[in-house]
Amino acid sequence: MVKSTKPVPDSMTPAPFRVTARRQDLADTFTIELEAADSPRGFAFRPGQFNMLYHFGVGEVPISISGDAGAGKLIHTIRDVGAVTHGLSTLKKGDMVGVRGPFGSAWPVDAAEGSDVVIVAGGIGLAPLRPAIQHVLDNRDRYGRFVILYGARSPKDVLYLPELQSWRGRLDTYVDVTVDHAESGWAGNVGVVTKLIERANFDATHAVAMLCGPEIMMRFTVAELTARGMDRGDIHVSMERNMKCAVGHCGHCQFGPKFVCKDGPVFPYGEIEALLKARGV
Amino acid sequence: MVKVEGLDKLLAEHPFFDGMNEDMRKTLSGCARNERFGPGEFVAHEGDPADRFYFVRAGAIALEFHVPGCNPIVLETLHGGEVFGWSWLVPPYAWTYDIRVLELTRLISLDGACLRKKLNKDHELGFELYSRFVPVMAKRLSSARLQLSDMYGRPCKKGE
Ligand SMILES: Cc1cc2nc3c(=O)[nH]c(=O)nc-3n(C[C@H](O)[C@H](O)[C@H](O)COP(=O)(O)OP(=O)(O)OC[C@H]3O[C@@H](n4cnc5c(N)ncnc54)[C@H](O)[C@@H]3O)c2cc1C
Ligand code: FES
Repeated sequence: MVKSTKPVPDSMTPAPFRVTARRQDLADTFTIELEAADSPRGFAFRPGQFNMLYHFGVGEVPISISGDAGAGKLIHTIRDVGAVTHGLSTLKKGDMVGVRGPFGSAWPVDAAEGSDVVIVAGGIGLAPLRPAIQHVLDNRDRYGRFVILYGARSPKDVLYLPELQSWRGRLDTYVDVTVDHAESGWAGNVGVVTKLIERANFDATHAVAMLCGPEIMMRFTVAELTARGMDRGDIHVSMERNMKCAVGHCGHCQFGPKFVCKDGPVFPYGEIEALLKARGV
Repeated sequence: MVKVEGLDKLLAEHPFFDGMNEDMRKTLSGCARNERFGPGEFVAHEGDPADRFYFVRAGAIALEFHVPGCNPIVLETLHGGEVFGWSWLVPPYAWTYDIRVLELTRLISLDGACLRKKLNKDHELGFELYSRFVPVMAKRLSSARLQLSDMYGRPCKKGE
């Protein structure tokens, strides 16, 4: 992963990328691997940033970068929820897609060095956090305890299961997974993701938390983390709003006085707490 | 067989009793029993008389609903440091779900009838115990609501 936030030269014109691989992760979620069609140059991004993916003839959507496959290949994990994401779900190896980006703020992986790191993800929210997880694992000796907590709807909705298992297999990482409902064959936890926080071992006064998932989950998670003694400034959340330009011009992603595309999507919780609690923002 | 002093020590180690006055805890340990269950065993079945209340010391259990003709649905899993079984507090004193053990689990149980007798005599102890129950129940209720909200499902359309 190269450290630069600069978008590709013309941030309003999608660059053509070719699909080099496609995997169906869950019934409604898939991962595509992309490579720049003209010059397969390195794609510089920071964990937490997103791209605008343009499905020709259908439209454009913001999608977080969920990893790099090396050699300048980009990875996006996408949930098929509507017109554009459904269009993207039909892409096959060799098909083309337009890419603008990377845009937005990043997870504070550098600032978190020397601290415990607590990742709390819900549903597809694990995708934008995966580059941050990878970064911590690749530089494991720079961080204190590393805790990954993940909640999904049911066992068949658990994203990146093989990776969760391999992270859990490491002696230096604590991984706990829960689902909202399950049949009795499931050997894991059942209950909300906030419950996992009680059992995880980290020093709340020397930790940085990174949260991504439904806003309601993030609100409850923040309540649990602050009850444990964490400072709001050490909790970072990734926000989603509809987007169009992605560069702070159109106002589509406005969230109170902030633009999610430019000031976010990753915010220190203290900065947006009031907005999250306000109705209709 | 664990003696009452031993049981008091086990109760003292459980977070539910954090900061509880020693005399009160000792009184409660008179109703306590140390228990151990293996994976697949049931602590209770729906409809059974609810005469005990449990503190999980270590292990994992599942609260389940039996659905005729289908696999049971797991409502929640509980681990060390948690408590379960309020049914002894409320008539008709019957379990409202099955309790299945997921892995080797150590529990301390309190006898409901014994407790009711003590609480009737000692209201201060009753108040102390209820003050500890209520936050746990409130948290469980709030978690259950969050679980029901299907928060990982589709968010609503603007204005929906
Ligand atoms: C910064 C940022 C990063 C994002 N990263 C990712 C990512 O990594 N992977 C990913 O799958 N999505 C991600 N999203 C969400 C994604 O952009 C939307 O799901 C997408 O814009 C929906 O467009 P559509 O045309 O497919 O659906 P639309 O036709 O716009 O919507 C169809 C239906 O889906 C619902 N819907 C809209 N958005 C969502 C949503 N986020 N989740 C569930 N249902 C929704 C709508 O309410 C509507 O009912 C991100 C969004 C932002 C702002
Ligand atoms: S998407 Fe246009 S201002 Fe953010």
